[in-house]
Amino acid sequence: MATAVLLGYGLLIAILTVAAWYLSRYLYGLFEEARPRGYRLWGWLERFIYRLCGIDPDRSVPWWRYLQQLLLFNLILFILAYALLRLQGHLPLDATHAPAMAPALAFNTAASFVTNTNWQAYAGETALSIGSQMWVITFLQVVAAATGVAMVLPLLRAFAGAELARLGNFYRDLVRVVLGLFLPLSFLLAIVWILQGVPSTLSASVVVHTLSGSLQTIARGPVASLESIKMLGTNGGGFFNANAAHPFENPTPLTNVESMMAMGLVPMALVFALGRYLKNMRQSWVLYIVTVFALVAFGVAAYAAEAHGNTIVHHLLGLRGPNWEGKETRFGIGDSSFYATFTTAFTTGSVNAMHDSLTPLGGLVPLYLMTVNSVFGAVGAGLMNIMMFLIVTVFIAGLMVGRTPEIWGKKIEAREIKLASVAMLVHPLIVLVPTALALTNPNALASIANPAFHGLSEILYAFTSAAANNGSAFAGLNANTTFFNLAVGIVMLLGRYVSAIAMLALAGSVAVKKRTPVTAGTLKTDTLAFGWTYVGVTVLVGALTFFPGMALGPVAEQLAMLAGRLYG
Amino acid sequence: MIRHTWTAVRLFVLMAILAGFIYPAIVLGISQLTMAYQANGSLVHYHGRVVGAKMIGQSFTSPKFFHGRPSAADYNAAASTASNLGPSNPALVKEVKASLALVLKQNPGLRASQVPMDLVTSSDSGLDPNISPQAAYLQVPRVARANGLPVSVVRALVTRNIHGRFLGLYGEPRLNVLELNLALVSLVKSNGS
Repeated sequence: MATAVLLGYGLLIAILTVAAWYLSRYLYGLFEEARPRGYRLWGWLERFIYRLCGIDPDRSVPWWRYLQQLLLFNLILFILAYALLRLQGHLPLDATHAPAMAPALAFNTAASFVTNTNWQAYAGETALSIGSQMWVITFLQVVAAATGVAMVLPLLRAFAGAELARLGNFYRDLVRVVLGLFLPLSFLLAIVWILQGVPSTLSASVVVHTLSGSLQTIARGPVASLESIKMLGTNGGGFFNANAAHPFENPTPLTNVESMMAMGLVPMALVFALGRYLKNMRQSWVLYIVTVFALVAFGVAAYAAEAHGNTIVHHLLGLRGPNWEGKETRFGIGDSSFYATFTTAFTTGSVNAMHDSLTPLGGLVPLYLMTVNSVFGAVGAGLMNIMMFLIVTVFIAGLMVGRTPEIWGKKIEAREIKLASVAMLVHPLIVLVPTALALTNPNALASIANPAFHGLSEILYAFTSAAANNGSAFAGLNANTTFFNLAVGIVMLLGRYVSAIAMLALAGSVAVKKRTPVTAGTLKTDTLAFGWTYVGVTVLVGALTFFPGMALGPVAEQLAMLAGRLYG
Repeated sequence: MIRHTWTAVRLFVLMAILAGFIYPAIVLGISQLTMAYQANGSLVHYHGRVVGAKMIGQSFTSPKFFHGRPSAADYNAAASTASNLGPSNPALVKEVKASLALVLKQNPGLRASQVPMDLVTSSDSGLDPNISPQAAYLQVPRVARANGLPVSVVRALVTRNIHGRFLGLYGEPRLNVLELNLALVSLVKSNGS
């Protein structure tokens, strides 16, 4: 069985690699060429949108103006999404009779979907109308993902060019990513998934007479169009409460594999796009190899932990076998463990098995991947984090060999290091401070579902997920309280925009620099030696900042489990 | 600033119409016209009545039927949910213990170590339509006795209904409990007549 699982994932990654490689070629054209491939299909729509909005797509702007456009558009998304959720009961297509969302929950949900997080403190079946699933959730999943991709483009342009004052136009980048990437791919994937049984209807539910003679109300809706962009845009917010474990969201092992490919496709393609911008594919391959290595290693670790099972249940009840609690039969242990790894590596946050019920070490894997937040990461934001860690790595490597750090022909000086450090340090700060606050707040502690060490893990996981804009949860935690709705909402917003602001400022500062010629003394960044140093830096930062929390949560629980101790 | 805001608002409206309305509407239209069965939830008809959805598990408690996995949602398909019990939570041990006791009571002559883990743990969605082949074979003697069928016939029915891994690589071998029970009902009818 283990052989089949590992072969399966080898094949999946091989297919993804080829697909991402080709997609990166298309993406480079989409981002940079006047008439990219397929332009005839949607070019007319693009021009129509610019005309109606009064956008001049050829007007390239400085970094701060690009940032201003991005923040302004996201602010409007946030305000209007909040308004739509608050007005839910008065809008059409409300067959579920979902009432207006309470203010704190609406704030949390709007923040969550605008930031590509998709943390859900509500249950989709009952809390949202069919209309909201379409024009709030599906819509935001498209534009938040496109915002993510647009976020990283100035950074790529800054390193690719020399003495640039202008770094593109946010509106143009956004519209192109929506029309040329996310909508066509989502449409195709939605059709593929409907064929396999994902519903697509405006009727909210159907009542059936079961074989046992009782009535069963089955919730359904326009699931397929939401599901496809949820995966492709590394969004993760499900139509139903059970997310991708729900048979209507993810009916077969094939849809499960397709989901994992959809999550990985754009983040991986963006790593290859970096090489296309730099005219150095070797750089992309180095990053790709070390990151895929991390992805596989963590997947195998999670799989081993889950396959080994819950030793307490083994000893006390005489049962044998893997940890099946919170997993679906059709996916089993292998596909659930790798899905948990992919969904946190690619920062999607969709789950096909309950992370709260994973074994302690199995649950440590997703938690760790979210603290690093750069094992490919989400669309756009992931590459931004990778580049941030690369800059920190050249700085540290430069200190070790005693040279002025530079990367891709650009000197990295005090200003760049300060900005990269802000982007790097904000992550642990907005995880650990709110976790500490929650642990001292009796109201927050009342939300904990599982006792002892696992309860601490639930809170640490919640804020890590929010800060990484992931959205998965140790879902036993009752997150629909005023405290968690506000705290998690604020952390999601900070997690998205603080590092984006710092990295866009860094792009502006790098863009205007001259290109320094490569000499024999230049530190080469496209070697595996540098690649592993980069991995070392990410591990070091994660270990120094998050290890104490992990030791008190999952690690302590694992030791207690091995000792056969129950708490609570 | 006002000019910029006005641009952003217009872009919001157009994108909302495009991604939040036209895109799902096109998917809805195409699927309802060409794939209505799947698009409406793959509903299963039996003797002119809708008895369930192929992918959605339902509760079976009668000894005459094969049983599915324990469900934290109680197979309420309008409120999917999991137990979310952590691995070292005493409540988890208590639940698994109760599920195990029930399985052992309903299927006498078994030892705990023979019971597959999936049959005594609850699924993620609470609507898991499947069980493992071991979990189905284990129920064969009970189901055969309750329906007055030979064990070998029921065992063959189980074997026929096993779905394998996709490409031999993805997912787990499994049976769809609703499908299996429908086949069982037909078998009982044809045997009785």
